[in-house]
Amino acid sequence: MTETLVLVGTAKGLFSLRSTDGRRGFELEGPALVGEEVYATCIDGRGASTRLLAGSVSMHWGPIVRRSEDGGRSWIEEDEATVAFPPGTEASVARIWQLTAAGADQPDVVYAGVEPAALFRSDDGGRRFSLVEGLWDHPHRPQWNPGGGGLCLHTVLVHPGDPDRLLVAISAGGVYLSDDGGGSWRASNAGIVAAFLPGAPIPEFGQCVHKVARDVGDPERLYLQHHDGIYRSDDGGASWAPMASIAGVDFGFPVVAHPTRPDTAYLFPLQGAEYRCNPDGRCVVWRTSDAGASWSALTDGLPQADAHLTVLRDAFSTDGDDPAGLYFGTRSGEVYASADDGDSWQLLAAHLPPVLSVRAARIA
Amino acid sequence: MEISVRVPAALRQMVGGRPVLAFDLVDGATVDALLDAVAADHPALERRIRDEQGALRHHVNVFVGDEDVRSLDGSGTVLQPDDEVSIVAAISGG
Repeated sequence: MTETLVLVGTAKGLFSLRSTDGRRGFELEGPALVGEEVYATCIDGRGASTRLLAGSVSMHWGPIVRRSEDGGRSWIEEDEATVAFPPGTEASVARIWQLTAAGADQPDVVYAGVEPAALFRSDDGGRRFSLVEGLWDHPHRPQWNPGGGGLCLHTVLVHPGDPDRLLVAISAGGVYLSDDGGGSWRASNAGIVAAFLPGAPIPEFGQCVHKVARDVGDPERLYLQHHDGIYRSDDGGASWAPMASIAGVDFGFPVVAHPTRPDTAYLFPLQGAEYRCNPDGRCVVWRTSDAGASWSALTDGLPQADAHLTVLRDAFSTDGDDPAGLYFGTRSGEVYASADDGDSWQLLAAHLPPVLSVRAARIA
Repeated sequence: MEISVRVPAALRQMVGGRPVLAFDLVDGATVDALLDAVAADHPALERRIRDEQGALRHHVNVFVGDEDVRSLDGSGTVLQPDDEVSIVAAISGG
């Protein structure tokens, strides 16, 4: 039997939403990992059975990556630290911000993005990770500065046609690209305006990139939510150009690409750098179907009065299905879902702790 | 010398549910040496107490008797025979 699984990482543990009736109804389970902040989860369906990974941090007992081989009913903790800086770095992992499975051609490779900003790679499905030293040794690193959430590496994209082509994004360092599997890296922020920095409007690095997503039809096309702007790249991240503004509200955290429909992506704009809630008390997801030339407001089923919601960078995701299931969680503990590409929405859960991360997939 | 370590309830599943562990250390051993011994026997427990660079985690308190080691010599505090060391979660959170 297949089910749609939604992992909801919160500030107080990991919740699960499961549907076995084609996404009409979901049952809430949890919390697991009680009391821990869950910033990153991964639903890895590359193997014969689905493996789940969860990166969490206890205020007291530190960060940890666990895995589940039974769909999230139980979680395994390795004896040795799964993600840890090696001796000589004088750094220690504060949070795990991202867990990304590589492509099917690298079935055991998983990347972890952490705070302080660094990339780790696992070659055994997430049991043990090693520091990607090429990025750690980059001469820009001492000049990266933390955003509000900390100095985090929050986005890892593996090129679907070439596993050696990697993109990472750092708040606030910007976009970095590698063409050799992580051995060497170059900043790639041409076109992204950093209005919050003095000096040149488009520095080589230092942009506060909030999230990057890859178009499903064209692997060279990327969508980027910056601190105060929305951008697109058509050359694999080498250069960036502004997308059409969404009514002048271009702040936000997440960006999600449609899993099957090219040129289609979703944003959740927030009002300004200070307030950081959806504008005017109206909860609106915006969708483009023409790669950012225009945007449509999606409101059916979402609260349109007195709703002051924030969706963080990893709290908006798709289940990869067709039509796309879309899921976002809020800092006020709600989870909304759409089973029809965003045309309509329903409230799946409320009164949860603040939602930090959402991942979804149909699993066997 | 024998040193006992009191394990907080939140971490006891990592040591088979035992509330107290015992370690046989050389005379003059420090808290760091004790935690090295903990790491050898129970690595999953030790890394909840110290980070990967060997520093005590900010919100973990280690007491020797009723003294917080941060008010002594930190993890370099020298232990005495029959000391009891307690691992305690700081009263922090939200």
